[in-house]
Amino acid sequence: MEPGKHFPRESGSSMKIAVCMKQVPAVSEGNMDPKTGVLLRAGMEAIVNVYDLAALEAALRMKESIDASIHVFTMGPSKAESVLREAFAMGADEGWLICDKAFAGADVLATSYTLMQAIRAVGDFDLILCGKQTTDGDTAQVSGGLARWMDIPHANWVTEVINISHKEINVRYNMENSTVTASMSLPCLVSVEKDFFIPRMPSLKLKISGKKKTVHVLTIEDLEDQDKKHYGLSGSATKVRKIFPPPRTKHQEPVTFDGDKAAEYILSQLSDVNLF
Amino acid sequence: MKKANIEEWSGILVYVECRKGKVHPVGRELIGEAWRLAEKLKTSVYAAAAGARLDDVSGQLADCPLEQLYLFETEDEYTPVVYEKIITGCIEMLKPAIVLIGGTHEGRALAPRLAVAFESGLTADCTSLEIDEEGNLIQIRPAFGGNVMASILTAQSRPQFATVRAGIMEPVTAGHFQKMAVVRRRMNVTDERVRILGMKETERGDSITDQKILVVAGRGVRKKGDLEMLRELAKLLGGGLASSRALVEKGWMSPGEQIGLSGNTVSPQYMITCGVSGTVQFMAGIKQTKNIIAINTDSRSRIFEIAHYPVCGDLYEIVPKMIERLKCKSFE
Repeated sequence: MEPGKHFPRESGSSMKIAVCMKQVPAVSEGNMDPKTGVLLRAGMEAIVNVYDLAALEAALRMKESIDASIHVFTMGPSKAESVLREAFAMGADEGWLICDKAFAGADVLATSYTLMQAIRAVGDFDLILCGKQTTDGDTAQVSGGLARWMDIPHANWVTEVINISHKEINVRYNMENSTVTASMSLPCLVSVEKDFFIPRMPSLKLKISGKKKTVHVLTIEDLEDQDKKHYGLSGSATKVRKIFPPPRTKHQEPVTFDGDKAAEYILSQLSDVNLF
Repeated sequence: MKKANIEEWSGILVYVECRKGKVHPVGRELIGEAWRLAEKLKTSVYAAAAGARLDDVSGQLADCPLEQLYLFETEDEYTPVVYEKIITGCIEMLKPAIVLIGGTHEGRALAPRLAVAFESGLTADCTSLEIDEEGNLIQIRPAFGGNVMASILTAQSRPQFATVRAGIMEPVTAGHFQKMAVVRRRMNVTDERVRILGMKETERGDSITDQKILVVAGRGVRKKGDLEMLRELAKLLGGGLASSRALVEKGWMSPGEQIGLSGNTVSPQYMITCGVSGTVQFMAGIKQTKNIIAINTDSRSRIFEIAHYPVCGDLYEIVPKMIERLKCKSFE
C-alpha cells in the first residue's frame, strides 16, 4: 500500500488562512486646518498598518508547521494594492483587493460586514487573522465585529499560538491582569499583539515573483449581498456629526532656562520625592 | 445597519465587568456617567454583570442609582461568545437605548460582537458623552490619531453602543437612592467552540500603572538608543520609563509601556514628559496625574496646556544635566 493511501489526504485538506490588512497614512497623528476644519491628509504617504504585519507574520509561521495557503484581504482604494504586493514579498499566496466606491466611509459595523462578505465570496476559511488595531481608526473593534458576522469565536490580544491543527487552535492571550490559554475550534478568528510576531523582512525573490502575481479585485458585484445600502457610509450605523479641534484649555506659560538651570528647576519640583 | 423603532428603546444599560467577584472600577465610572445622562433623558439606569462568583456584586453596587441590577451566573470563565449570548438576551429583554461598556480587554472583545448582533452602531473609547436635542447619544472621541475630535451619532439604530476607557469618567458617588431591585439568574449558556485551558495572574509591580514617578518618552526622542538616557533618568528617580504612541509604532517601546487612550491610563505622583507633544489621545491617559513636568522645544505644544510645570527646552540638553545632578547628589 502506498503511504499516501494509508493516511488519505482529504481533498482540500490544506488549511485556508485569511489575513486582513489595511493601508493607513504613514503619519498617524494627522492635523487639521484650525480655520477651515479640513483634515490635512493630502500628500501623506500611505503604509501598511504595522499591527497587520504581525497578523501576516503569525500566518506565515503557521504555514511553516502546517499545510496552508494564505490569502490577504485589504479594503481600500486601488492604491491599496501595494499592501498586497508587500504581503506577497513576505510570503502571502493570494491577494484580494476589496475595492468599490460603495464601500467608502464605512464604520465598524459596515467595515466588518464588507470583510465578511468578501471573505465568504472567496471561500470557506479555517482561520482569520487580524492585527490588534489600525493606527488611523484606532478602535480595535473590527476584528470582533467580523467574527460575529462570520458567526465564529474569536480571541483578541493573542501573544502566542501554542499549536494549530486542522480542527483547533490553542492560543495564549492577555487580559488586563492575567494571561489566558484557550482552545478554539476552527473556523475562528485570532487578533494578535504586534510585539510577539515581529514581521520578517520581505525577500527579494518573493518581491520579484510577487510583482507578477495577480491581485484579485472584489467589487460589490462579486459579493453575495449586492445591496449598496448595506455598505460604506449608507450601511454605517454611526455617522460623524462633526469634526472639531480639541478645546484648548488655559495656556500655561512655559518657563525657559538653559539645560542646567532647567534641570535644577525640574528636580526642585520633585522635592517631596524621597530620592535617596 | 438595522433601522430601529426608536421609541421602543429607552433606558441605559451599563455592563459591569467583574473579575473573581470584584467589580472593575470602570463599572462605577460608567454608572456615574449613565446617571448623569439618565437625568437629562429622564430615564433609568440598569446594570448587568456576568460571571462565576457574583455573591458580593450587589453589595459593591448597593449605593448606586440603579433601577435594576442583573446578575447572570455562569459556570465558566469569560469568553466573548458566551458573554455575548448572555448580554444579548439581557438587551433583548430590556431594550435599552444606550449600552455602556468599559474599554477594558474584556469589554473591547465583547462590544463589537454585541453591536453586530443588533446591527447597530458602536463608538469605541469615547472621552465624553452628551445628549442631543432629539435624545440621541453624542459620542465624542479623538479621531485621526488624536489631534482632532469627532462627535458621532447612532441616529437610526438601537441600542447605541459606546465603550469608555477606565479613568475617563467620574465614578458614581454614594447617595441616597431608591433601593435597587436585584435579579439573579443562573445561566446554562455554554459554547463548545471555546475552552479555557488555564489562567495565570500577571505579575504586578513593574507595570507603568504602578509607578509613582514616570519619565515619558515622546516623538522628540531622535533615535532608539537615546531611550537609554531616559531610562537612566527614570532609574535614578526610582521610577519607570513609559512612552507616547509614536515610539510604540516605531517598535522602540512595547505596547505595555504606552500611555494614552490606545495604551494605558496612568496616575503617577510625578510625570516628566520628554519631547511629548500631547495629542488628545495621549492626554486622555494622564488626566489623574498630579504633577506633570513637561519638557518640549515647542512653546506652543499642547502638553504645556495641562502641564503643571511646563519647561520650554531641549530634552537633549536638560536630561543629561538632570542625570549629572542626580549622580552628584548620590555621592554627597
